[in-house]
Amino acid sequence: MITATNISKRFGDLEVLKNIDFNVETGKVVVIIGPSGSGKTTLLRCLNLLEQPEEGSLTIDRQTIDFHEKIPKKSIRGFRRLSGMVFQTYNLFPHFTAAENVMEGPVTVQKVPKAKAREKATEILAKVGLKDKVDTHPHQLSGGQQQRVGIARAMAIDPKVMLFDEPTSALDPELIGEVLRVMKQLAEEGRTMVVVTHEMNFAKEVADEVIFMDEGLVVERGSPTDVFENPQEERTKRFLNLLKE
Amino acid sequence: MFLFNSILGLSPENIEILKDSFLPLMRGVLAYTIPLSLLSFFIGLVLAVVTALFRISGISVLSGIARVYVSLIRGTPLLVQLFIVYFGLGNLGIEFLKFEPFTGALIAFSLNTGAYASETIRASILSVNKGQWEAASSIGMSYMQSLRRVILPQATRVSIPPLSNSFIGLVKETSLASTILVSEMFRKAQEIVATTYTPLLIYMEAAAIYWAICFILSIIQGGIENKLNRYV
Repeated sequence: MITATNISKRFGDLEVLKNIDFNVETGKVVVIIGPSGSGKTTLLRCLNLLEQPEEGSLTIDRQTIDFHEKIPKKSIRGFRRLSGMVFQTYNLFPHFTAAENVMEGPVTVQKVPKAKAREKATEILAKVGLKDKVDTHPHQLSGGQQQRVGIARAMAIDPKVMLFDEPTSALDPELIGEVLRVMKQLAEEGRTMVVVTHEMNFAKEVADEVIFMDEGLVVERGSPTDVFENPQEERTKRFLNLLKE
Repeated sequence: MFLFNSILGLSPENIEILKDSFLPLMRGVLAYTIPLSLLSFFIGLVLAVVTALFRISGISVLSGIARVYVSLIRGTPLLVQLFIVYFGLGNLGIEFLKFEPFTGALIAFSLNTGAYASETIRASILSVNKGQWEAASSIGMSYMQSLRRVILPQATRVSIPPLSNSFIGLVKETSLASTILVSEMFRKAQEIVATTYTPLLIYMEAAAIYWAICFILSIIQGGIENKLNRYV
């Protein structure tokens, strides 16, 4: 489903991603872990082209972008719709209701008729457990509810893969569970997902593959059992030990 | 009361003058002051949005044009701009550039408002969280779609207080149009004074009318702010 080859990204003098190769099979959940500044969020944002790497190529669902070439804006937009992005700080549109947030992509971008889009939005919101919040504005929702609207908004464009950028990091502890439950449910439905998170229990339970990144490199990858129970690399061990303290 | 009356000279005769001048003054308000303010504000706003978008476009030619425009307008007095547009261009001998007083004033005030308001609009666009642009992009929206559907509605809320300031300022600045013979309220006041010889009385009356208009405008501003703040 996703094949990223030789992805390199720098911010000024700082090399954030160093020749990353990365692939995700259809229906699999890949969890990326690593210390802050390891490049995990940047890698995820590259998949949605919110950041453009200087080098490498990226294929999602048989569509390929080569970062050596100049990419027309239209292809960027088309490519973005292949993935649905869930942000750490939700980034909901505050002037729209929950349903309007979810409908915005289909109506404005995909030109779906409003009534039809609303019907679908209501359905998706029900799925993330917000059936009774359809006409509520974001400021009247809790953080957990807002993030679930965020997930619904990303799902509404029918993406091939779902990308989660630390989706629970901004939440109060008691609200994390409701968001993780929704994500688990999506995983069980067989959606292809890439998740950057610090929730190690989620990674252990849900991930098909765990990737440990540090200093712009993929240090180690494997099944959750391999990476968590039996890490091979010194840096992985050190990171996991820090988390236990 | 006696002091007040003696300062303003409020004899029965003067009260009569006040009453008689009220209608002509209001005619100036309705026929020129308000239309001139509204029209130049709206044209100015369009100019301002375009200028602000030029400034933040990241295209050096466009942002250069915007910078020069704002710098020239902000660096010169409005009265001078008014004279250049009306007397200066009118004197070139080109028929197309000979404006009626009202049109001349409209052009000068629109250009002036456009430059000042563009800074307000630029600041309010920049005040919208970067995450909003990213969220809009992530669902496949183009630059213009993001701007129209997501960014400008939020920027509007931020820009209402400073734009109201500009508009209230503009209403009062239209009095400068009296110098190029637009029969707006202040011009009327001057004409009345020329026949009654009661400058304090009439100019105070004109001041009171300006104040009343601006007072109403601030009430309207409050209403708009309440409406836009509802979802934040």
